[in-house]
Amino acid sequence: MISPKAKKTSTQEKSYEKAYAELQEIVTKLESGGTSLEEALALYERGRVLAKACTELLDKAELRIRKLGSAPDAEKTDDPKEYD
Amino acid sequence: MRQLPLLRPNFLTVTELNRLARLTLESDPVLQDIWVGGEVSGITRPASGHFYFTLKDSSAAVRCVMWRDAAARASLPRDGEAVEAHGHVSLYETGGQYQLYVDTLRPSGQGELFAEYLRLKAKLEAEGLFAPERKRPIPRWPGRIAVVTSPIGAAWRDVQNVLARRFPLSELLLAPTPVQGEDAPEKICAALRSADRARADVILLVRGGGSIEDLWAFNDEQVVRAVAALHTPSITGVGHETDFTLVDFAADLRAPTPSAAAELASPNKEELKEDVSRLGQRLVSCLEEIVIEKRNLLQSLEARFRSASPLGRLQNIRQSVDDYSRRADASIRGRLSLNHTRLDGIIRILQGVGPAQVLDRGYALVWREADGRLVRSVALAPSGTPLQVQVTDGTFPARSEQRTGSGTSAASGKEKG
Repeated sequence: MISPKAKKTSTQEKSYEKAYAELQEIVTKLESGGTSLEEALALYERGRVLAKACTELLDKAELRIRKLGSAPDAEKTDDPKEYD
Repeated sequence: MRQLPLLRPNFLTVTELNRLARLTLESDPVLQDIWVGGEVSGITRPASGHFYFTLKDSSAAVRCVMWRDAAARASLPRDGEAVEAHGHVSLYETGGQYQLYVDTLRPSGQGELFAEYLRLKAKLEAEGLFAPERKRPIPRWPGRIAVVTSPIGAAWRDVQNVLARRFPLSELLLAPTPVQGEDAPEKICAALRSADRARADVILLVRGGGSIEDLWAFNDEQVVRAVAALHTPSITGVGHETDFTLVDFAADLRAPTPSAAAELASPNKEELKEDVSRLGQRLVSCLEEIVIEKRNLLQSLEARFRSASPLGRLQNIRQSVDDYSRRADASIRGRLSLNHTRLDGIIRILQGVGPAQVLDRGYALVWREADGRLVRSVALAPSGTPLQVQVTDGTFPARSEQRTGSGTSAASGKEKG
């Protein structure tokens, strides 16, 4: 079985997932009301930064490709063009 | 001719050999009127109009020819179609090729390969390998996608293209393996295990289209079991839309093609961007609502403050003072104007009895010029007395002229402007 703590995921995807989750949380918090004006302004600013970061991540991301070696953990990075 | 080989039994020319073989085949009555069942593959139909194809089962193949006349009566079979062919067996001498000369072709109920496929499918199904409750959800946002396929196939390129367009945030891992041929099943199993160890979020098992024989590795029992045993959620995309291989049933999700498998494994970048922009919009409207709400609260507080404050009461008092003074003013003015009217009446009466009014009606006043006495009697104006006569619009000089007797006099004079 795969141990969850050994799981190492793409940083691009992880940062996106994290930023998106926080953005969603902020919108939910603002929409549920009960925030002070000062707090709302701070949340709004943070949300704007996160939305921009998400869009930029999507726009600038480039697909990374690796080839798995025959040995289980000897994974080496390969140029995708090799296979064309 | 038949005697020729008998003369030299151990030596034949190629031509002689092929002829002998042909005649030997043609001399067997069973081979001259026979039905053969198998699956069609590699069909060609050149301009001549003849059909050439191969009939196969899981372990053998035979070349087949169908001449133009017979072919015109038959419908062109599909690659992989299970058929029953009737004809005779002979040998094409020029190529030394043994073949079946087909005169009738009909689809068979189920081809041998298909029967094997069904048998294996039933067996694995009975084991519960294809059970719906075994199916796991595919992660929404895969950070890592492992692809089990041939590194030189079109399928691998298709998968790369789709993911570069839809979800470039992910990392793509290739577990390379041959996808057809004798050793393909074993290599596919090894690649699947290697992909499973790579801790990917999803595994794609893909291969481009081909004949049913080309896809056969994906019906291999060991491959199907390897797919079912994966710890990582899996998607298959083998062949074309109409091809169903057994790995499709064992995987968590089946896609009709390799590209479709890549699409099912990934969210669409454009939709994600729209989603983020919608969240941004909600953020803005949230803030607007909060500001409006706070402002309304402030305004209603302000209104309550005004009505409760001493300033407000003072204003009320001021207003009532203003009101009273206005009423007092009006009452005084009314009385004054009444008095005024009365006064006007008195003045008019007084004016009616005054000398001016009398003169207006045509009377005149006469004074002596010398002493200014009003001439009230004839005796006051003896003949020749200079007089002043006043009428309503002015005065003119005159002189009295006494005539007969006393008591009458006349004034004569010139009017003066």
